Formats: sequence, C-alpha cells, structure tokens
Amino acid sequence: MLEVREISKSFGGLTAVDSASLDVAPGEIVGLIGPNGAGKTTLFATIAGFHRPDAGTVSFEGKPITGLAPHRICAAGVVRTFQITQPFAGISVRENIMVGAYLHTADRRLAAREAEAVAGLVGMKDQLDQRGADLTVAGRKRLELARALATGPRLLLLDEVMAGLNPTEIVEIVGVIRNIRAAGVTILLIEHVMQAVTSLAERVYVLNQGRMIAEGTPAAIADNEAVIEAYLGHGAAKVLRA
Amino acid sequence: MSRALLLCALGLATAIAYPLMVPNYLVTIGMLVFFTAFIGQSWNIAGGFAGQTSFGHVVFFGTGAYTSTILQVTYGWNPWLAWPVAMAAGGAVGWMIAVLSFRAGLRGSYFALITLAFAEVFRILANSVPFTKGGLGMLIKADPRPANFQFKDPIWIYYLALLLCIVSLLIAWQLTRSRFGARLVAIRENEDAARALGIDVFAEKVKVLTLSGAMCAAGGTFYAQKYLYIDPGIAFGVDKSVEMLLVSMVGGAGTIFGPLIGSFTLMGINEVTRWLASVVPALKNVQPLSLVVYGIMLILIVARLPDGLMSLFRRKPRHA
Repeated sequence: MLEVREISKSFGGLTAVDSASLDVAPGEIVGLIGPNGAGKTTLFATIAGFHRPDAGTVSFEGKPITGLAPHRICAAGVVRTFQITQPFAGISVRENIMVGAYLHTADRRLAAREAEAVAGLVGMKDQLDQRGADLTVAGRKRLELARALATGPRLLLLDEVMAGLNPTEIVEIVGVIRNIRAAGVTILLIEHVMQAVTSLAERVYVLNQGRMIAEGTPAAIADNEAVIEAYLGHGAAKVLRA
Repeated sequence: MSRALLLCALGLATAIAYPLMVPNYLVTIGMLVFFTAFIGQSWNIAGGFAGQTSFGHVVFFGTGAYTSTILQVTYGWNPWLAWPVAMAAGGAVGWMIAVLSFRAGLRGSYFALITLAFAEVFRILANSVPFTKGGLGMLIKADPRPANFQFKDPIWIYYLALLLCIVSLLIAWQLTRSRFGARLVAIRENEDAARALGIDVFAEKVKVLTLSGAMCAAGGTFYAQKYLYIDPGIAFGVDKSVEMLLVSMVGGAGTIFGPLIGSFTLMGINEVTRWLASVVPALKNVQPLSLVVYGIMLILIVARLPDGLMSLFRRKPRHA
C-alpha cells in the first residue's frame, strides 16, 4: 500500500535520512522505532510531503506521491499527526475536527456530524465544546488523532501519540488505535513506548542514524543485535547475552 | 439564536431610523461609522479570520479610489459602472500581493511589512505618474445626482454606507459557517496543521486576500464619491491602514461585529474629544486629543482584552 524506496534527506551537512526503505501492506499496523535523532520524524514528514526528499521515491496504492504538496498527499488518503501537538488552539474541539472533515464535504452539517462520529471513536464526545487550548496533553493527542481521522484517510501516520501520557492513558489510546484499524485504516506509527509497540504492531522497522537497520516482528527486533547496540551502545549485545 | 436575531433587527431598525431624527452633521458621523466598519471588515476578513495581518491595506482602498476616479474623470465613465471595475482592480492587486509574498513564504510580521511596503510604493507611484495627476490629486466634478453617485442629501450616502456595512457583516457571518471560513481560521491558528489536514494553504490565502482587496477597493470608490477629491496621501496614506486595523483590533479581530463595534467606539472617542477640546481650555493645545485617547485605549485593550471589546459580550466557546 505504501512503498518507500531509498529515501534520503539531508539538512545542510546533516544526513537525517539515508536511503531508507519501508513497506506497509493494507490493514497492517507497522511500527517505526529508533533512538532519539534517528530521523523518524524526518522520514514521516518526507512521506507526508512536508519535506522534499533529496533522493528516493514514495508511492501510495501504486501511484507516486514523492514530493507532492501535503494537502495533495492528504487528499490521496495519507495523513500525518504531529509529535508536538498542533491544535487549533482558539476554536472548539468540534471545529478542530470539522476542519479535517471538510476535506470531503463543503456541507457544514455533514462535517459537524462527521466530527461527532470521529469524536466518539477516539473518546472525545464530552469535550466537543472545549477549546483546543484548554485540553490536557492526553486530550491534545486524541485531538491530533481525531482531526487526522476526520479527513477519511486510508493510511494514518502517527508520530508518537503516546509520548507524555500516563500508563492508564496509554492503555486507552492503544484501544483507540485498535478500533481505528478495525474501522479499516492502515497505520504506520513512530513510538518510543515499547510495550505499546509490541502489543500493537505486527511488524517493526528500526531506524538508526538515518539508516534502516532492522525489520521484523517485535519479538525478533527485541532480540536483534544491531538494534540492541543502536540503543545501548557498541558491545551491549554481547554484555547482555553473557 | 432568536435573541441574537432580535438584537440584529433592533439594531437595524435603529440604524434606519437614526438619520431621520438627527441633524445633518450627526448623519455624516453615522455614515463614517458604517463606512469605517466596512473597510475595517475588509481588513478583518484577511487579518482577523485568516490571521494575515496587513499594515498596508490602504493599497486596496487607494487602488479602488483611483481606478474609479480615473475612469470617471479621464475617460468619462459613469461612477456606478466604474465601481465594479474598481473592485476588480482591488481584487487583482490583492491577488498579486498574495501570490508574490506567499510564494516567497512570507508569514506574520514579514507579510505585514511587505504590505506596508506595497502601499508606500503605490503612494509614491501615484505621486509621480501622469495619469493620477501626481501630487495635485484628482478632483471629481460636483454634479449631485443619484445617477452620478453623488447625493445632495447626506441621508442617501448614509444609507449606502449602511448597506455596504450590512453586506460586509453578511460576508463575515458566512465565513463563520462555511468551509472556506473554517479553513481560514485553521490557517490562522496553525498553518502546518492546516496543511497536514489537506488544506491548500497558499490557494486559500490568495483567495481571501483577493476578496479582501476587492471589498476594500469598493470602500475606496465610495470615499472618492463622497469627498469628490483624492490625492496620493489620502488614497495610499498609512492613516487609513491603521484605521482599518485599529477598528478591527479594538472591536475584536476575527469576529463578525468586531469592526463595527470598533468603528463605533473610535468615532465616539473622536467626537467626544473634539467636543472636550472645545469646552475645556486646558485641552485646546493638546492637538488631536483623540490620538492620545486612542493610544491609551489600544494599550489597555492589548494588555487586558486581547480579543477586543467583543469579548466583553461573549465568553463562552463558540459553537459550530
């Protein structure tokens, strides 16, 4: 469904992503992990059109989307959320979600109804009239999710939706993500909360210093030497096994 | 909702009855309130709703004023016919400024400064090119006939200003309940998030500036027809830009009634200070006293009421 082929992106002298490739099949939940600064968010931003890659291609459902503007990629069915939440602070949750819903309809009543349905799916029904600025961290994360969902995507790119949440909130949002997948949306997620990645993702890619160093089931990844070394430093795998 | 409707109807009835009951100079002041609210609303649509703050909105005002005046004086057009052409010219200038500055990725204060620069360039051009008659300005021959967009009785120009103001309120109201308006607000609140949610930010910003420019140009023609004289300082001077921005900010940027309330307040201050200066000898030498009061008020509003006077009336979150 999503094919990323040898994407490279550098900023000045810094190569943030170095010919990284990945695939996502319809209906999957795929995790993208890696140490801080590995280039995960840059790769996401490049897929979603916020950066133009220096090399490589991205295609979605067989059509090339490399370097298209974000709004065109969104219209094609791929939508991203932001690690640092970006709510429309001055307007209500309902109006926030409606902005997403307006992608496919110009009708206000339809957009409002859609917004309420999406709010139900992510558990924000009671907060529809709150202002974006008044939400808690967990609320903002849900709002990111809700707005993105309202655009009716077929592929959702989630950038650390669990960062900053407490364990109870994480359990709740894991449930929400399962529901979203059950509703037919494919998901690619960046996540640091490993417990969540292992419980959600069927497959995991590991990015380190811009390069894809491993791919596999969560269990295989947790056992992978290169991955352990990427996180814990050179020689760590040996020490752990000893 | 029905209460708001009742209030609107009451306000409208008062506005219609007002000029029938007061002397002529008060009619003219009322006209100025609605006229300033109208051009303020043109600023508000771009600056308030879409968050594209402009310091040089007068560029559209002057374009409208000069376009219709040149067509009328130099080419003998009927001003009513020249009016839509002036609006189209204002829209075209808005489109051009938007395309140039948004293509270059200018945002926030950079965009504000570039609009100011455009207005100054237009002022200097109007001062130097022959077809605007340079610094002499252009005089429209007095010929007070309604067919000529000139009125003997100030009541008619008052009603015309009222009509413009109502139209601008309807446009703003439509923005609060349409997809276009929702997208503008999203762009104002967070451009990156708007882009991620499928909004063509560039196209929407160009659209709103074109609309705003056309509206403001309509105000320019109106002004020229009322005073029958324009020069580069009047048509492209920074004063009008500030006035448009001020009435919106004071009343409440991004709200339907903000510019009208702001215009009402500022005109009120204007008249009260003028009267005070004439009765209190000590204030005689504080020349325009109104500016002193504006300044103090602006500081108070920015510090205490950043959402403008409108926020005094409504504190609850808006419903969709």
